[in-house]
Amino acid sequence: MSKLTTFLLAGSTALFATAAFAQHPHLNVAMQLEPPNLDPTAGAAQAIDSVVYSNIFEGLTRFMSDGSVVPGLAESWDISDDGLVYTFHLHSGVTFHDGTTMDAEDVKFSLDRARADDSTNAQKGLFASIADVSVIDPLTVRITLSAPNGSLLFNLAWGDAVIVAPESIGEAATHPVGTGAFMFQDWVQGDHIDITRNPNYWGTPATLESATFRFIADPTAAFAALMAEDVDVFVGYPAPENLPQFEADPRFQVLVGNTEGETILAMNNGREPFNNRLVREAVAHAIDRQAIIDGAMYGMGTPIGTHFAPHNPDYVDLTALSNYDPERSRQLLAEAGYPDGFTTVMTLPPPSYARRGGEIIAAQLRAVGIQTEIQNQEWAQWLETTFRGHDFGLTIVSHTEPMDIGIYANPDYYFQYDNPEFQALMATLNQTTDPAERTALLQHAQRIIAENYVNAYLFELAVPTVARAGIEGLWRNQPTAAIDLTAVSWP
Amino acid sequence: MIRYTIGRVTSLFLSLVVASMVIFAVVEVVPGDPAAYMLGVNARPDTIAALRTELGLDMSPPERYLSWTSGMLRGDFGTSYTYRTPVTRMILDRIVVSLPLAILALALTVAIAFPAGIYAASRRGKLGDMGVMGATQLGVAVPNFWFAMILVLIFAVKLRWVSAGGFPGWGNGVWPGLKALILPAIALALPQAAILARVMRSSLLDMLGEDFIRTARAKGLTRRQALWRHAVRNALIPVLTIIGLQFSFLLAGGIVIEQIFFLPGLGRLIFQAISARDLIVVESVVMLLVALVIIVNFAVDLAYAAVDPRLRVRA
Repeated sequence: MSKLTTFLLAGSTALFATAAFAQHPHLNVAMQLEPPNLDPTAGAAQAIDSVVYSNIFEGLTRFMSDGSVVPGLAESWDISDDGLVYTFHLHSGVTFHDGTTMDAEDVKFSLDRARADDSTNAQKGLFASIADVSVIDPLTVRITLSAPNGSLLFNLAWGDAVIVAPESIGEAATHPVGTGAFMFQDWVQGDHIDITRNPNYWGTPATLESATFRFIADPTAAFAALMAEDVDVFVGYPAPENLPQFEADPRFQVLVGNTEGETILAMNNGREPFNNRLVREAVAHAIDRQAIIDGAMYGMGTPIGTHFAPHNPDYVDLTALSNYDPERSRQLLAEAGYPDGFTTVMTLPPPSYARRGGEIIAAQLRAVGIQTEIQNQEWAQWLETTFRGHDFGLTIVSHTEPMDIGIYANPDYYFQYDNPEFQALMATLNQTTDPAERTALLQHAQRIIAENYVNAYLFELAVPTVARAGIEGLWRNQPTAAIDLTAVSWP
Repeated sequence: MIRYTIGRVTSLFLSLVVASMVIFAVVEVVPGDPAAYMLGVNARPDTIAALRTELGLDMSPPERYLSWTSGMLRGDFGTSYTYRTPVTRMILDRIVVSLPLAILALALTVAIAFPAGIYAASRRGKLGDMGVMGATQLGVAVPNFWFAMILVLIFAVKLRWVSAGGFPGWGNGVWPGLKALILPAIALALPQAAILARVMRSSLLDMLGEDFIRTARAKGLTRRQALWRHAVRNALIPVLTIIGLQFSFLLAGGIVIEQIFFLPGLGRLIFQAISARDLIVVESVVMLLVALVIIVNFAVDLAYAAVDPRLRVRA
């Protein structure tokens, strides 16, 4: 071959490479918090799932962006008539990123590990109804339950229930090995995580060749990084005040999606004066939800009247039960024996919905005579004193776990609501698999807690995503914490 | 000089021991359990207990203090609770960002402050002096995080000369790494340079009023010769003290600047570790910073002795 042809050939390959590069095979994604580690089965930090869910690790079932649960590693399943035995049929030809085969043994290992006595799974409760996991053949697994559980398929879609391999789980905190469409490549702690496309993926391969996750906590830095085009996508953009600026800029698109975060003003039901239903009702009527959404969240968020996600088909709109009515609130306080109001402590964890919302709520409560002493707490401190120590009067927090109305059946939970009727209802719900019956039970449950004014229900937390114009396939909603890149592509 | 050095070394060692006790005690007192933080609101008590055992948190505080300090003596800082990686490696990963940043910022500080201070002193009361003093007044008054944001908006968002933040690592060559540190270093250096220039100027002016300068002038030296040969060296003692303090500040005080430029430095590590109650990381990094401050002060003490022979004799 002459030198000229070699040169031309080299040139054409280079041209080819440039053409491929023009399709932007790489995506720079930013989020606010860095995951502490990358093992979704051993930590509650949402940042872990944001990076690894669906991208690196997969479960038997999985969430879609609209919150529905669809088959994941399990191709299909059969449920016995009594609802106690689930037989899962796995996809064939699935391998982990290290080349080992994913089979029924790995499923058994993963589920047994999550529900073991020494398990450090943050959502161990998800697996509580499982009595036994057995391998039928390499592609068939049978899960036997101790009692029927209508939410098993939903529970198995969580990031905490992903399938891992015994060979690689020991290193998962820093070097996760899963079955997903992307493989972990590199983590420069404090700065970024790189993932690359899995060439041997069992399903539809990813369009992106690689992606980088960056961690930018500071709102001003987040703004600058997007404006300088250092990052292409920012999920959970932390400065809602400049979203209009991005909307007006043709370089960007803004997606505001819903989450599973019921943001509530929790009241300590186990303590004076909030053990009195009239006082709780007075607090609920003293609060102007829209003022909080506009003032603290720049208009993002849907008002809620009970502890349930408004985009869920089973949601009942009960906001009218606790409409903004300061006059009624004052009457109720007088009826409850507090004509001059009272003073209480309101603890606020770090997120802006709590800190900004807390200031507005304090002003609204003051208007009906309730004085609040605000205590700002870090998460670790909030968990120890407010959540576990029950040392608070009021607090604001967003409950981001999906379908978590069951927390009201636990009398030791931090707001200490103890209602045997509700507890019995939840027990019935757990054993009901018929969809219509479940809907009726869930709606009844929503009514009970709203009519009892257990907490003041504020709004469903919204999550803003800012992305470069033309990028497609991003999740608008966050049914679970995830930045699923498997279907994302540049124009 | 030897007795002087031995005295300094003893106090250095005692300071480190006391510092380790204070750091451990303070971190112990702060409420918050790392295991509960990691497992979140849905965790069951038995899961938290299992994790506490796994992390070694069920040992008594004195036991943990001893295992921490004895580990440090062997160069082993333990394993991070949340990151599950050796703290020593984490610190090394971060220090390759923070240390060059502090050195670069200090070099810029000195490069700006020395000429400015000497120039202002030699032009005392004239327009040049007033110009420098006005500029330093501004430099001291402007908060460095605000200045950093302005730098980002101009050089990263508008001109696109550098990235808005982040650190590519030294693996891709020295230049990309340095490029990522330039803006943060400038943001850190300017207020420090303003302070140092003022100290340099006033220290020089004090010297210029001394008898030995008058003697030098009487010998026939020009004002400028007297300044350079006799005043500058004598004016360095207070300046060195300030530089020592500034270096410690630049190393430990970069937390805000590291947040703005999202740099993976020690400041950001400490910030994340405190909110996650990663006690072992907090203790070790704070200990390291305290040790560095103490060692820098020790070096400054030795530098005094080198600059000022009287200190050696007195000791």
